[in-house]
Amino acid sequence: MIDVISAIFDLNNPAHVVHWHFFEMSLSNVIVICLMLVVFVLAILLPFPGAARRQAARTLKGKSDSAARR
Amino acid sequence: MSRYTNRTREWVGPYAHYDLVKELCIALGVMTLLAVVLTILFSSPDEKPSTIAQWSTAMPADFVTTAVSELDGTSGTAEYGPPYNHAAEGQHATFLKPQEWLGVSHPIDTASAYVYEPLQTIPGDAAVRAATATYKAAPAAKRKQWTEAYSQALEKATVGPAGTLKVAPGEYGPVPIMMNALLGLAQTGGLEGNLLRSNQFFQSDYTKPLLFMADGKLLEERAEADHLLGEQWGMMNETGSYPGQSWLWLYTFWYQIEPFKASENADILVVLLMTVLSLAFLLIPFIPGLRDIPRWIPVHRLIWREHYRSTPSPES
Amino acid sequence: MSVGATPPPSSGAPGAGASGAGASGAVASTSQGKRSWTVRTREAGVGALPPEKLLPDGQPTYVDSWIYVFGVATLAALMVIVGSGLILSLKGPAWWHDTGVGHFFNSIHLWAVELFFFTMVVHLWGKYWMAAWRGGRARVWMTGAIAFLIAIPAALTGYVSQQNFDAQWISTQAKDAMNSIGAGAFFNVTNFGQMYSWHILLFPIAVVGVVAAHVLLVRRHGVVPPFELAERSKPPKQGHPETDGAPS
Repeated sequence: MIDVISAIFDLNNPAHVVHWHFFEMSLSNVIVICLMLVVFVLAILLPFPGAARRQAARTLKGKSDSAARR
Repeated sequence: MSRYTNRTREWVGPYAHYDLVKELCIALGVMTLLAVVLTILFSSPDEKPSTIAQWSTAMPADFVTTAVSELDGTSGTAEYGPPYNHAAEGQHATFLKPQEWLGVSHPIDTASAYVYEPLQTIPGDAAVRAATATYKAAPAAKRKQWTEAYSQALEKATVGPAGTLKVAPGEYGPVPIMMNALLGLAQTGGLEGNLLRSNQFFQSDYTKPLLFMADGKLLEERAEADHLLGEQWGMMNETGSYPGQSWLWLYTFWYQIEPFKASENADILVVLLMTVLSLAFLLIPFIPGLRDIPRWIPVHRLIWREHYRSTPSPES
Repeated sequence: MSVGATPPPSSGAPGAGASGAGASGAVASTSQGKRSWTVRTREAGVGALPPEKLLPDGQPTYVDSWIYVFGVATLAALMVIVGSGLILSLKGPAWWHDTGVGHFFNSIHLWAVELFFFTMVVHLWGKYWMAAWRGGRARVWMTGAIAFLIAIPAALTGYVSQQNFDAQWISTQAKDAMNSIGAGAFFNVTNFGQMYSWHILLFPIAVVGVVAAHVLLVRRHGVVPPFELAERSKPPKQGHPETDGAPS
């Protein structure tokens, strides 16, 4: 079955090229690089699961540190 | 050690439950799924390789012009220098001449490899043998005269029946006989295996046929159509519209600007520059300024915003 | 269930060889035992990475961003590369040209490489902006950088082993850079046999080895803590401990 599956999108055609001054980059590479930047920004901005768990750990640590100091 | 050093070296603050093995398994599943989805969506490129038979059939004039340049030592390979021959010193950067120092490790005599030896394999062709013997016996100046005249005539050559070449009459000596025989051999596919031939039965080194083809224009024309030429930033690109090697952006960048662009030593200069930059990248922890930028530009405030909100400052 | 304070275990061997228990294979702590290379190796290994440090079930609470998953994502992509490469090598270098199944696994291999570099670069950006070399973690940064730098020629040997037009072009172009620095004398990109060997054996060993060292160093030193905010107003001094990348 795998033999008869060909790509859904055929990329075997001449690349579109992005020109900017003397920079010349294939559109697919531009997309990859832009995606990297977008993913990096999202990775930093999106909230990470487990905040409640981490806060509970901080609270517990705070209490045990206070108890140790007394 | 300061308290800051202690806290940076070893965290004594709170820990939360974190399942690393589960995280790795999830990551493996996600990456596998992504790779499979991308495969189903886009597959991968596989443009068939060019062969000498194709080259000599589609571009007979270019093939013969290249073969003549191999014969008279004016081709790119013939004039390359180490590691193929001593025809040039190779690239250098001031006193650094590693190409010359490492010497000729893959000797290729282009006239023998690409003309004499293949012609010898054509059985029973007395005319070709005689022509080759005549050429070899002639003085160097005469041979040069023949090959230069023939190369010039090839610029206006026409393709005759069965892929043969017709050139204007002239003083070419035995060169046309040799070249027509070589062209015929190439067009029937006899040259592919011939150039791989070495002392062994099994072959895995394609240096000779690749250098021969690279001396001509076929590979270059295909590359230009696929935006793979150096001046097209081709080092980053893949055939078709596939994403390529975007991580090579800085490496290929230098080739586009002076002084590298027009330099005969562009390769060694760019490699040396990239070596220095790579070392700097490796040694960032020890380079003042470079290692301080993350402190000055507080992206970390965003990354660790939950921590900073939840944790009192050391002074409080 | 949250874990409170679980500081990482202090360095030091957990008494290997101290008892005379024959069943475990540990010999009594005689002077001969102390000179034993085996004992020293074991004590050094376990001392540097006791099990709770090698596979901790907790992370500092400041590990609270999606940026942290890009290291393990890169590792996972590398595993897909190796796995698909293993399958490709089972049937030899011509298989993917001849069958749809072969082409399928070649495509996975290629996209896994794209994903590998993608996640590695995002991981690298994150680690730079965290100045993750702080607190004696310079070797962590350096092994990561070396992994990136070795991955590039590893990919090159793959590209020139494809046995298609792309391989023809890349090899005849890359040879100039190799020859210019003398590497072409012993690293011939137009020699398929050599390049294939480097690609399926030598470079994978190198990449996996460096990545393993990188991951073990992360486990050894822990994930770098955040910058101290109160300190940010002070200009970094030369040899400042926080920016001092000297290994511990």
